Amino acid sequence: MSDTDTEAGALARLQDDPTSRKRFLRMVGGAGATGALGLLIAACGGSDKMTPAATTTAAAGGQAASASARKNDLAIVNYALTLEYLEADFYERAVMSGQIKDRAVADLAKRIAETERSHVEALKATAKNLGGMPAAVPTTKFDDVIAAGPTKILQTAAVVENLGAAAYLGQAGRIKSREILAAALSIHSVEARHAAALNKLVGHGFKSSAPLEGSIPDGAFAKAMTMEQVLAQVKPFIAS
Amino acid sequence: MAKTTPLAIPELEAVEVHGMSRGAFLARGALATGALLGGSAVGPFVRRAVAQETGGDVDILNFALTLEYIEAAFYSRAISKGRNMSGETMRLVREIRDNETAHVDAITQTINRLGGMPATAPKVGFGAVFTSEKTFLKLAQTLEDTGVSAYNGAAPSIRSGDVLAAAGSIVQVEARHAALIRLMRGQTPAPAAFDPALDQHKVLDAVMPFARA
Repeated sequence: MSDTDTEAGALARLQDDPTSRKRFLRMVGGAGATGALGLLIAACGGSDKMTPAATTTAAAGGQAASASARKNDLAIVNYALTLEYLEADFYERAVMSGQIKDRAVADLAKRIAETERSHVEALKATAKNLGGMPAAVPTTKFDDVIAAGPTKILQTAAVVENLGAAAYLGQAGRIKSREILAAALSIHSVEARHAAALNKLVGHGFKSSAPLEGSIPDGAFAKAMTMEQVLAQVKPFIAS
Repeated sequence: MAKTTPLAIPELEAVEVHGMSRGAFLARGALATGALLGGSAVGPFVRRAVAQETGGDVDILNFALTLEYIEAAFYSRAISKGRNMSGETMRLVREIRDNETAHVDAITQTINRLGGMPATAPKVGFGAVFTSEKTFLKLAQTLEDTGVSAYNGAAPSIRSGDVLAAAGSIVQVEARHAALIRLMRGQTPAPAAFDPALDQHKVLDAVMPFARA
């Protein structure tokens, strides 16, 4: 990834270049400066080689994770996977339909389709890592929405993304594994970004009287939704 | 020949956070990391830093509180000092300012409820960014992206389910801010499929010699 390459280059320069080292320490300032630099290096370097003790503890913790904790997390991962399958399928169909004529919006839809597909792949791999069977690919019902044209497509996308963000938020406190929680959070905020952007693009304000509409629909504190609430909302889009 | 290293996000260097509290220290570390390496390095930095905390959720919350104080001050100043901002930008700035202020209040209350001592508002400076909408929005985007990465980095270390739920509820709103500001700047609202990128293994070789220095 290009981001990682940039970071590798920046860290290499930091290592070689006393000026940039001083600059970092000056920005951090105060008595904790040296400690912050150590943390930065440890954080970027990964835990495996930096702190063997911590790694051992983590590995032991991983092994000690109970079967019920794994089962719990697998159910959540498969729930998220089902939602991501729906989203990926929806955007891929929307893009292929050619209904979205606006170039910038079509590009965004294509990009989101790729992102949702990445989420599908990551969650499938996570389900397998947990020793489980990834959820089956659902058969979707998006034909009517897509036939209705670009406005309906984007309005549906805006609602579905708000739903997705609320769905991930609803599970955050239920995930037992710290690693899976970190992964879920890293998807959650991407769904939130999609939600805000799509709601803005379809002309919704920050809030709306309609549920699941608006770029910041709940104000300062986003509301979570339970599995039951989310599944009731996505039911019309699932054939089987 | 000493040459100044280009920073990944140079505008972050203009942000000053004063104070000797643990939260201020972590906030400076997070901002310096973002400036040097880019937003995707902030999450791992914060995650590692809070994993070493002994004060548990209160320390994490005080770090979040410090970030929210910085953001709230940033948008308040944009409202009072901003020049040549469009009506649309100002509407967004007011909404975000209200959200960040609500975050400050909620986190302060949570810390009090846990029996902790809330961090005081740090003294902050933002250089000359408010002189144009362009420079303001650029730093706003960076602060919001950094905030998302910081929350995502800290959240897995939170012990209380209630505090985790609150942090999740806040980070989602920060991510929405980030996307709306990015859209205004003509940037893609979600720059990566995973927010933040946590895989830092490629940099290990570059870092090891320096770690011993």
